[in-house]
Amino acid sequence: MKTVIVKYNAGNIQSVVYALERIGATALVTDDAVEIKSADKVIFPGVGEASSAMQYLKERGLDVLIKNLTQPVLGICLGMQLMCAHSDENDTVCLGIFEAQVKQFNTNDAAIKVPQIGWNTITDLKTPLFKDIAENSFAYFVHGYFAALGKHTIATTNYVEDYSSALHKDNFYGVQFHPEKSALIGEQILQNFLSL
Amino acid sequence: MFTKRIIPCLDIKDGRTVKGVNFEQLRDAGDPIELGALYAQAGADELVFLDITATIEKRKTLSALVNKIAHRINIPFTVGGGIKTEEDVSVLLQNGADKISINTAAFLAPSLINRFAKNFGSQCIVLAIDTKLEADGNWYVYLNGGREKTNTLTTHWAKQAVDLGVGEILLTSMNHDGTKQGFALDITSILSSTLPVPIIASGGGGNSEHFYDVFTKGMADAALAASIFHYKELTIPDLKNYLHQKGIPIRS
Repeated sequence: MKTVIVKYNAGNIQSVVYALERIGATALVTDDAVEIKSADKVIFPGVGEASSAMQYLKERGLDVLIKNLTQPVLGICLGMQLMCAHSDENDTVCLGIFEAQVKQFNTNDAAIKVPQIGWNTITDLKTPLFKDIAENSFAYFVHGYFAALGKHTIATTNYVEDYSSALHKDNFYGVQFHPEKSALIGEQILQNFLSL
Repeated sequence: MFTKRIIPCLDIKDGRTVKGVNFEQLRDAGDPIELGALYAQAGADELVFLDITATIEKRKTLSALVNKIAHRINIPFTVGGGIKTEEDVSVLLQNGADKISINTAAFLAPSLINRFAKNFGSQCIVLAIDTKLEADGNWYVYLNGGREKTNTLTTHWAKQAVDLGVGEILLTSMNHDGTKQGFALDITSILSSTLPVPIIASGGGGNSEHFYDVFTKGMADAALAASIFHYKELTIPDLKNYLHQKGIPIRS
């Protein structure tokens, strides 16, 4: 099986490579269209800022490429947000795969820190991406923007309000948390994705 | 349920854990990778590796070590110690560190924070502050591993650093560090209640109750400790069970 990680101007790609290695998989990190199209599984990772990431993808035609992929695609963190319709982060039009809008956490409660950094539970788990994952399992999150709940929501997390911690439509999956840093639960989710 | 974090800290010198550890199940107690993996398995929420190696030559071993840690450890980890330039940060992140921590260099050149935050994102920039309560009743910032006093109030520096873009603050009370008498609750709660970023409390954790206090009275988002974990005076599962029973949101 050929797994490809989309290379772009986002951080933490290497952590995804290492996590896949821990579960016995290898991945090619590339921005080459032919390589990406011919992969069995595509992972679209990311830590960074939405508008500069979208700009980078557009300049290289990766925006159109990703939207038109037909094999299973997993967006992680910023990757998932970029697969949504629009992000309030610098008013960015995104890929529009999921209908969800990406908004900033907004709270007046001084005890709630933004960005959310740490472990939180995932609930209402749907699709085989969460096979063998118990309700209320803990995953590791680092983000200041979130995707609202909607028809593509397949996992829900609460921080300030309930939001989509995972999305699914057709062959596209997205997780807001970092499976590559979410201990055994995260490794199981990556394994589940590779088994789709 | 968003949870409080328990963070063991490992001091590294020339690629080895120092301060000593007391784990019989480790083949090599000085190997930070083995110790980190053991903590991750025991339920640690994150790890911090602080490099206290002095020379630049030996720092090259750090990036190789970070790379090995990133391969093995499946939870987030922060690397700190002597980070001064974009290249230092870039090398560590590329080798798989999730966050880097800065201290003296940022104090001496605060614009560093701004540059790091712009280039790498606030979420991976942790500001470590060593602080001491003086006779005048104020908490001051100390530099160079606590050897050098400044006349800057900790509250002022923390606020400035957050404005410049740090994503978290790791606050170590020199009055409490090593005492095992509990964390510095007052300065921790002052920072936590006035700043929008998470505060990691460090220094003084000696038993489970101290952690309970720092999460409640101290309002800390995370608590860090070293020797009590290394010497197994408190295990992470026991600590987490205690906190869970006391109603603190904690990852099980």
